[in-house]
Amino acid sequence: MFGYYLNLAFRSLRRNPVLTALMALSIAVGIGAAMTTLTVMHLLSGDPLPGKSDTLFHVQVDPMPGDKPRKSPPDKLDYISAIDLWSAARADRQALVVDSEIRLHAPDVAVPPMMTMMLSTHADFFAMFNVPFAWGSGWSADDDAKRARVAVISSDLNDKLFGGGNSVGRTLRIRDSEVRIIGVLAPWRPSPQFYTLAGGNYAQGDTAAFYDKPEDVMVPFSTGLEINDGHFHQFTCWAVPETPGSLQNSPCIWLQLWVQLDSAGKLADYRDFVATYARQQKEAGRIVHADNARLLSLMQWLDYNHVVPRDVRLQSWMALAFLAICLFNTVGLLLAKFLRRGGEIGVRRALGASRFAIFAQCLTEAGLIGLIGGVLGLILTLVGLWTVRGQPVEYADLVHLDLAMFVLTFAMALAASLAAGLFPAARAARIAPAMQLKTL
Amino acid sequence: MDIKPILSALSRHRVAASLITLEIALACAVLCNAFFLVAGRLELMRIDSGVDESSLAVVALRGCENCRNADVNARVLTAIRSVPGVRSAGVVNAVPFGERAGDAGITLDPESQGIAGVPHFYAFGPDAIATFGLQPKRGRSFTQADFQPAVVYSLPAQAEVWIAQALADHLWPGEDPLGKEFWMGEFHYRVAGVVAHFARPNPGRSENGVLSSEWSVILPVLDSEQSGRYVLRADAAEMSRVMQAVRDAVAQAVPEAVLEQQQSRSLSELRAEYFQRDRSMAWLLVGVIAAMLLVTALGIVGLASFWVAQRTKQIGIRRALGATRRDILRYFQIENLLIAGFGIALGMLLAYGGNLLLMRYFELARLPWIYLPVGAVLLWALGQLAVLGPALRAAAIPPVVATRNA
Repeated sequence: MFGYYLNLAFRSLRRNPVLTALMALSIAVGIGAAMTTLTVMHLLSGDPLPGKSDTLFHVQVDPMPGDKPRKSPPDKLDYISAIDLWSAARADRQALVVDSEIRLHAPDVAVPPMMTMMLSTHADFFAMFNVPFAWGSGWSADDDAKRARVAVISSDLNDKLFGGGNSVGRTLRIRDSEVRIIGVLAPWRPSPQFYTLAGGNYAQGDTAAFYDKPEDVMVPFSTGLEINDGHFHQFTCWAVPETPGSLQNSPCIWLQLWVQLDSAGKLADYRDFVATYARQQKEAGRIVHADNARLLSLMQWLDYNHVVPRDVRLQSWMALAFLAICLFNTVGLLLAKFLRRGGEIGVRRALGASRFAIFAQCLTEAGLIGLIGGVLGLILTLVGLWTVRGQPVEYADLVHLDLAMFVLTFAMALAASLAAGLFPAARAARIAPAMQLKTL
Repeated sequence: MDIKPILSALSRHRVAASLITLEIALACAVLCNAFFLVAGRLELMRIDSGVDESSLAVVALRGCENCRNADVNARVLTAIRSVPGVRSAGVVNAVPFGERAGDAGITLDPESQGIAGVPHFYAFGPDAIATFGLQPKRGRSFTQADFQPAVVYSLPAQAEVWIAQALADHLWPGEDPLGKEFWMGEFHYRVAGVVAHFARPNPGRSENGVLSSEWSVILPVLDSEQSGRYVLRADAAEMSRVMQAVRDAVAQAVPEAVLEQQQSRSLSELRAEYFQRDRSMAWLLVGVIAAMLLVTALGIVGLASFWVAQRTKQIGIRRALGATRRDILRYFQIENLLIAGFGIALGMLLAYGGNLLLMRYFELARLPWIYLPVGAVLLWALGQLAVLGPALRAAAIPPVVATRNA
């Protein structure tokens, strides 16, 4: 029976090619717009570390002076709080992070010196964030303590400087110091680059920069502070620092602490530990707002910073509204089409077709339009995503159509057209044979 | 023409009529808000930087290890000035649409904790002020004595400064800003002059958004206090050739530093890149508006055609009973006017509701009422245009069809 309906649908669609094209195009542009924006939204709002993110936490305390209580603690930590909390080592894993700009040169390579970003962090960073290595490995806690002159480099930098080969053991010049490469990362592109992410609440929704690539060079925390002294940027300061760029013991916040807590019990213990630390610091007179301290999980931290750029969210809503308009349009056109065929439907009913048969036939036709719309919509989605990839935004290289979204496009086109066809089909099925036959 | 028969005819096609009404309503809501969003982007892109962007350019150097400011400045400025076409050049810490140097919260009395605003602090040498062509609209020009050594971050501990009019209006609304004082921590500044416009490096994207686009403080500092960033003036027509030569000359003059190719460009290029995202968003919105209007128009054409086809016989009867072509044409036009009217009325409510959501989740301003009538007129016009074809076809139906198959 379905084959027969399909045959009828094809005939019917061929009979009004313009109307058919209008309906299919209407679904296609709606689906194309909605899928393009939803794909971007899906890619940008995802979990950068699926399966692991709920054991990772970002620690905040409030070292800022002033009597006025703040709604939430500042996004980053001052040096004293950061070092105290890190060195207490109460979590399963813990690492401080701070990025800074370096002048980088590989002495035995004919690439001119360049400015790039360096991450100073602790040994736990790589295991905590599942960072993949192509060659070598990260450093040890001992290297952290000894300020070892070692570095891990990104796959991008390895390609640029060493043509993608195994560069473990080679030397890099960072400002005035030399470091030895001990690890080369495999391509690693967390979306967003969550670990140094901060300040989303001050970004006016312009958060595309959160999707930038990870730093090219990673060195032990103490090493980084030493070799790039004078080039660190504060998140904010509550007084003018005396030595800009070297912020140890400055009235500034500039560091972030990530901890891994593998169980609910450990999480509760760590919360207590941070609260106790803040209270003790208040008693010691170093901080004022002791109760303004907290632990946010990785995903909570992303939410708090409103990571998905405002324009992307806005585009998704616009596209969904647009899809709705396209659907209303298709419903109207389908209704017009089916009711116009009242005579034909009347004859079929008079010859013994049940209401359900008419209903099924109309839905088959609607579904066929949906399928055509879906294929066109998929093409438009690919064109849309290609356009996004050409935009000068940090997340451009992340954008691609994944399988789930591919399937969803078709499912959505089919569901949309069936939903659009449901009502007109029901109306068509209610046509009384006698009335229509009389007017033939 | 009596609208009662039209209404009673519509009530027999409630579903189709309400579908098209809903489509128009949704289109109206999206249209008004999309227009408003486009207007917001256009307004942002119109920001007045206060300087002649096309004849100014910036040169940015980084990573000069153990370099002395005076030595680097001398070498760079000599190199820049040696390029034919360069009129003047000076030392700066930042330029509008370039990289930020430093924002800092300021207070209006030394004891206060209440931040009055977070302006950007520009530090300019004497040649830089002349190169920009900056003149205070009120107050006095800087003299040699005003240019001081800096304590940290190119900032002198106290100075007579210029501020942009927008910052003066924010800090001291309705008052004369000249001679007023403000503090940044322990640093103490007094307003010596007010410039009409001077945008911060990141207008519209700083903490207070568009409101704070021109919250700029201009500090006079000695050239020897900073290095690495330079402004130059050349003829706008020659700019790209001049900048090519300048980049080469500077890279050669200071081989130990890294010249930032992306940042070393004319201010008009930096501006175009700065607003690139807003421009593409505005075009995208315009595209959505156009596509939506097209789809809505097609929907109206489709449904009107269906109705005309369905009512062929009735139209014939009416014509046979004496209705003119004009009457038939009018009938469909008024019908569309009514449907569009219902749609627009509902659409305005939706537009308002949508705007409330945008305000809530996207920190947008309230939709000015003027967008509603504009959207309404546009949709009405669109409806009339779309229905014209089917209505003319209806009017062309001859009375004789009334006698067929009856």
